[in-house]
Amino acid sequence: MSEGHSTYTPKTGIGRWFDARMPLPRLVYDSFVAYPVPRNLNYAWTFGGILALMLAAQMLTGIVLAMHYAADSTLAFDSVEKIMRDVNSGWLLRYMHSNGASFFFVAVYIHIFRGLYYGSYKAPRELLWILGCIIYLLMMATGFMGYVLPWGQMSFWGATVITGFFSAIPLVGDWIQQLLLGGYAVDNPTLNRFFSLHYLLPFMIAGVVVLHIWALHVVGQSNPTGIEVKSKTDTVAFTPYATIKDAFGMLVFLFIFAYFVFYLPNFLGHPDNYVVADPLKTPAHIVPEWYFLPFYAILRAITFNIGPINSKLGGVLAMFGSIAMLFLVPWLDTSKVRSAVYRPWYKLFFWLFVIDAVLLGWLGSQPAEGSYVFMAQMATLFYFAFFLVVLPVLGLVETPRRLPNSITEAVLEKNKGGGGGHPARATAAPETKG
Amino acid sequence: MLPKSGDRFSEKIMLETTTARQRISRGFGMKTILTSLALLGLVLAGTAAATTGAIAQEEAHNEAAPTHFPIHEPKEMDWSFAGPFGTYDKAQLQRGLKVYKEVCAACHSMKLVAFRTLEDLGYSEAQVKALAAEYTINDGPNDAGDMFDRPGIPSDYFPAPFPNDQAAAAANGGAAPPDMSLLAKARGVERGFPRFVFDIFTQYAQGGPDYIHSLLTGYDEQPPAGMEIPEGTHYNPYFIAGVSLKMPNPLSDDQVTYDDGSPQTVDQYSRDVSAFLMWAAEPHLEARKKTGFRVLVFLLLFGALVYLTKRKVWAGVAH
Repeated sequence: MSEGHSTYTPKTGIGRWFDARMPLPRLVYDSFVAYPVPRNLNYAWTFGGILALMLAAQMLTGIVLAMHYAADSTLAFDSVEKIMRDVNSGWLLRYMHSNGASFFFVAVYIHIFRGLYYGSYKAPRELLWILGCIIYLLMMATGFMGYVLPWGQMSFWGATVITGFFSAIPLVGDWIQQLLLGGYAVDNPTLNRFFSLHYLLPFMIAGVVVLHIWALHVVGQSNPTGIEVKSKTDTVAFTPYATIKDAFGMLVFLFIFAYFVFYLPNFLGHPDNYVVADPLKTPAHIVPEWYFLPFYAILRAITFNIGPINSKLGGVLAMFGSIAMLFLVPWLDTSKVRSAVYRPWYKLFFWLFVIDAVLLGWLGSQPAEGSYVFMAQMATLFYFAFFLVVLPVLGLVETPRRLPNSITEAVLEKNKGGGGGHPARATAAPETKG
Repeated sequence: MLPKSGDRFSEKIMLETTTARQRISRGFGMKTILTSLALLGLVLAGTAAATTGAIAQEEAHNEAAPTHFPIHEPKEMDWSFAGPFGTYDKAQLQRGLKVYKEVCAACHSMKLVAFRTLEDLGYSEAQVKALAAEYTINDGPNDAGDMFDRPGIPSDYFPAPFPNDQAAAAANGGAAPPDMSLLAKARGVERGFPRFVFDIFTQYAQGGPDYIHSLLTGYDEQPPAGMEIPEGTHYNPYFIAGVSLKMPNPLSDDQVTYDDGSPQTVDQYSRDVSAFLMWAAEPHLEARKKTGFRVLVFLLLFGALVYLTKRKVWAGVAH
């Protein structure tokens, strides 16, 4: 995509002056106006833009919240309440920020599942995918540390449990845990460093997002057919086509986001976090934020020792392993066909995997007892089987459906097939657009 | 099977996958393995539903020694502040404040609520001043370095009934009564699947007040035969963390005098104080819902315009 030469021609004198010295307007024009995108992108492709919007919104609300927040274990809880009660529109900022974190994860999960469904991670997009995985990891760290800041009961005990994972690592575990905590238990030093890192990490995310978009603009977007762009008729210009579609996707997303912010602001939170942290009182059930629940279920599913690995270390390894799987996906999937649209078996397993992930999430919210443990173990088994067995084997044994020759052919076939808009104009237009 | 045209890319894929498949499916029964894996996934989803039912049955067995709390779920009440257009009933909040002042405040602090915010309840500035002045606030140090008592002013917060948590715990059988500022948001019985999904559409966010109301009206019930109630605690099937709690039944009929003719019953007191505590925990609820409606209407209209624009832009392009 990027090999295509720039079509930017500055129209004003100032424009030409700038272009000769620092062609920033040219970069913006080439990246967000003239940049060709496949014409057949569906709404699943609007989540990249939505994620950029959410990152910006989280940073803006977060920066203002930080002006009123006190990162001190004796003041933090009350300072958040001060924001909720006395700061002008403080309740709005804080609810936007706390629900914004949740919706950031909603968007990123849809974005990741879209990549899995359409095989967006396949060559030449492996690096693009890995950069995305790094962003996801940074998001998890940021989300976790942010949840500690209000210094409620779940903040405190969530931090205690999650930092406790690290102590399971042989030899260096205790040292890492103490480094994270700034002591032997979650306390004021922990809160201080988490606040500092919670402020830092979003900017690191923004940095990796730049790399992610850079890599994207080198290899170009994938698309629902998974067939590479072959000619100009396969694409449309980013502006106005993708921009207007992204804008509509964003507004629908914002509508649902606003519904939660204004009507159900505490739906995704936990009541215990409105109780100030108390190191002497352990809550009945410690649950992390909903977006960590599948991994929490995997962690607790390992209740048995495996040789020299005790169940605690085993759980931690399984949990980190479940995330590590994502990094390996480009090489685990052996199929030559990208999109699940043409892979009937993969399509089935993809949806089973989605069900499995949701099931794990629900199990993560339940107490680890009785039959829940067995269910979590089975679901964990399927989770790993999807990556380590299904992805490699399916690519070798599955007979894909017939692939269209090009994106344009697929689009025209679809429009001919059933009720899609304006067939007459559609067939006439592609050659003139783009 | 193969594409007709000279598209080498997809042709190659088709050939390679077909031969690979033939090679492997002859050797192992891969299809069998795949089918069983798919079945495993389906079975998982099935067992999820079945075991949940089994667990519920398990619990029902020993009534005298329950393991999951609360024993009864909170009763869902009608609250004026529920729903997208919910507002606080000011008369109810004033009655709730009276119950708090005359009953709850003996043991429970409410340290995050300032007197000045009581104007939200419909009181005038002068009334708030008078109300604040009823309280004695320990202030200082003064120029001589001494702490001193003075009457409260609107910018003060509700003073705590005990000097510190230890004193509160010592006077209440070892457990300090919780601060009430956020109680209505800090309590909530888990709704469970699938109810929490329906809650999104019904906008159910009254778990806190429902819980408080149920707890306050739940002391009348008798424990089932054979149940052991620890000494110094009181049976309440609505309590979230056990069969009984340290707090004795705090309310009785006609305990607080209402001057607006509302019934002076435990049920009414409980409703009023629960509503008041919701206000204390979420004083900007009305502004939140009002703003929310405007935001949603704006997003709906703007979204519709953008959608129409999008249709027009894409009208000539098959996609």
